[in-house]
Amino acid sequence: MSEASPAKAYGLHLGVIALLFGLSFVLPDYYHGLLARIMVLAVFAMGYNMLFGYVGLLSLGHAMFFGAGLYGAGLAIIQLGWSVPAAFAAGLACGVVLSAIIGLLALRTTGVAFMIVTMMFAQVFYLLILYFAAWTGGDQGQVVPQPARVLTFGATVLDLTNPTVRYMSALALFSVALLITLAIVRSRYGRVLVAIRENEERTKMLGFDTFSNKLSAVVISGTICAASGAAYALLFGYVGSSFASVQYSILPLLWVLLGGAATTLGPLIGTLFMYYVIDITSGYTSAYLLIVGVALILLVLFFPKGILGTIRQRWLGWLP
Amino acid sequence: MHFGPHLLLATLEGLVTSAVLALTALGLSLVFGVMRVVNVAHGEFFMLGAVLAWAISTAVSGHPALGFLAALVIAPLIVGAIALVAERLVLRRLNYNPEATIVATIGMLYIIQQLALTFYGPEARPVEPPFSYRILLPWFGYSGYKLSIIAASALLLTATWLVLTRTRIGLIMRATQYDAETAQAFGIPVGRVYGGVFALGAMLAAIAAVLIVPISQAHYLMGQDPLLLSFIVVIIGGLGSLRGTVVAAVLIGLSDGIISMFFSPTLAKIIATLVVAMVLVFRPQGLFGTASR
Amino acid sequence: MTPLLTTKGLSRNFGGLRAVDNVDFALMPGEIRAVIGPNGAGKTTFVSLVSGRIQPSSGMIVFDGADVTGLPAYVRVRRGIAYTFQITSIFANLSAYDNVALPAQRTLSDGRSKGAVKAGVMAALERTGLAERAHTLAGQLSYGHQRLLEVAMGLALKPRLLILDEPTQGLADSEIDNFIALVREIAASATVLLIEHNMPVVMQLADRITVFNAGRILAEGTPEQVRENAAVQEAYLGTAP
Repeated sequence: MSEASPAKAYGLHLGVIALLFGLSFVLPDYYHGLLARIMVLAVFAMGYNMLFGYVGLLSLGHAMFFGAGLYGAGLAIIQLGWSVPAAFAAGLACGVVLSAIIGLLALRTTGVAFMIVTMMFAQVFYLLILYFAAWTGGDQGQVVPQPARVLTFGATVLDLTNPTVRYMSALALFSVALLITLAIVRSRYGRVLVAIRENEERTKMLGFDTFSNKLSAVVISGTICAASGAAYALLFGYVGSSFASVQYSILPLLWVLLGGAATTLGPLIGTLFMYYVIDITSGYTSAYLLIVGVALILLVLFFPKGILGTIRQRWLGWLP
Repeated sequence: MHFGPHLLLATLEGLVTSAVLALTALGLSLVFGVMRVVNVAHGEFFMLGAVLAWAISTAVSGHPALGFLAALVIAPLIVGAIALVAERLVLRRLNYNPEATIVATIGMLYIIQQLALTFYGPEARPVEPPFSYRILLPWFGYSGYKLSIIAASALLLTATWLVLTRTRIGLIMRATQYDAETAQAFGIPVGRVYGGVFALGAMLAAIAAVLIVPISQAHYLMGQDPLLLSFIVVIIGGLGSLRGTVVAAVLIGLSDGIISMFFSPTLAKIIATLVVAMVLVFRPQGLFGTASR
Repeated sequence: MTPLLTTKGLSRNFGGLRAVDNVDFALMPGEIRAVIGPNGAGKTTFVSLVSGRIQPSSGMIVFDGADVTGLPAYVRVRRGIAYTFQITSIFANLSAYDNVALPAQRTLSDGRSKGAVKAGVMAALERTGLAERAHTLAGQLSYGHQRLLEVAMGLALKPRLLILDEPTQGLADSEIDNFIALVREIAASATVLLIEHNMPVVMQLADRITVFNAGRILAEGTPEQVRENAAVQEAYLGTAP
């Protein structure tokens, strides 16, 4: 996997980034805004994929990492009046700390117990947001004030509420996350992660400390998700408890399953596709959860490798 | 009211909660024990039982007891049939892979919930109790119906226990739980056992819901709390252990009311969830269970 | 010469059963040692204790002069104790190359380049005759080749002690001959501890043989000594000669 064609892999990924850049100039307003949102959420899915796809750890609680970034950044501005870069850093830091703690605890369990434990910790996180409603805004949420959402570099002032700036910021975050994922997956570390997914006992007997490898993967995954949450707060200006609810733990799983677990571009494709499906069907029905439910069942039944996973298996073996 | 009677009242209320919880959690525990499937849609089977109970009891005219009894018989059968179909169409095709089945049952949760919203609506609706006899204690009157819930639950739990330990069906279920492959080799129809157990688990949740609906109300989101509480009970009691499930249900049912009395409900939930997560992390066999094989 | 590996009073209970019972054992550097014994004699449990896959109930394990009893398995691997599994335990969904790259990248990782890993992997694959199949998925290799891949992974760890648990199980006769030659070659650079049921293989390879029965060491000596030992014959055949 990691031996074949590095040029091809990097070429493809840079091509995707260039395509997204070009789309900014041709898309109509509505789709322009939607794609910016999808790119930010695709980063969430990429973080989830890092753990689920490559290490094989199925978490049902990643909403707490997204939420850590979202509230870390949002509250830093709303309550503390920090600047945009400092708030983003605060969101990341919250993600690092939370994922390290959760990793240390949850990794003592495996399989089904890991799924339930992560779900319960996420539930605690969600309830804490409701409990400290005076500070967090509870289930009403809070708006990040528009004047605070500007980036200042000397004389240049970038207004994050401007559609083009917002789109390009989302694209920048997406590109960084994508290239980091690609580099990790192709590295020796990535090979160890896949080995743990395939057979943890054997990996241990090759001299690898599987616990610390898994722990670092949880932290990387949680931090990428937190970056997505922090960017969401800064770019779209809303911080609400629904983003930490169990539904937002299920959605990245759905996106990754749809696009293809353990593929670098699968999360983007899954997120895009799901939004597209909801967008078309919203004309006929408001039963959005029904679509999510049916999609989950059909995917695990007939398409467990997802879109890109199937393409890789049938045609393009070199796809990272 | 003095402390003694107050405590008695709280205990009675707690026992009613425990009775319903024990039945619901037992369904979840059986499905996990025998099939190794974590059924996230379990709470939705509970909700379906309550919603169907409302539909059936409003369709039957005459004395409320008639409608209630019809619901008590018919609602679990419908829910069991739905569960059986879901098991045949989805879980069996996944070969009961633990992780795939969790994702699939999450899918079922969303589908059932959305369909209930579409066809039943967002309202909460009551069901009339079959009888309204009040037992007069020296300090307060207490609903005879609530006491009958406790009795009914105890009866059903005993019956389940007898079936599991004393009958051929129980033996077949335990054999399948212990080692499905060997059971298959000895001619036990493992596929049918799985189908039956999944339907039975859903039916237990539905019965619990029919029993509780006269004193609470039917609502399309009512499955969430029973699911969480059943998880807690099954984890504390030890996955797949009947005795542990009942003990934990009584413990949780009684303490739920008391914790909520002293703390805000949200804080009570936070503490309970955190405690259970820690139990799973540090004592995965449960507080009462022994290490599984 | 000091032994590479010694155990003192090593025991392991499973419930009421003493799978390994108070075993004192010593292994000299460079030796090929075979461990034989009837099924259930505690051989696999014994090597699992040495490799750290399971923890002893009591007793002590000394490797290269240091007490390793409390060390987790992966640290022992890093100190040079490699274990190849009785049941083939390769990464079926990874290529043969990646299977060997995993141990190679760890033993070679001290600031060396990707080229060094590649060279190390190919060397191990060539020694086991798998070089042409480097990019085949391990799960698609024949059973005999999977056993060899298992050995190649052990080799890439650059072990000082290589534990082979029934390596010839399921191999054809022609494959066994190649295998014997391979183990001789490995023994030039590492000490080999071999659990084996196939007596001709044991007799050809082993410098010394340790016989286990009911969790204890029943006898130990050169192949000739063990062959002549009455107690060993009784344990295997159930009768005194």
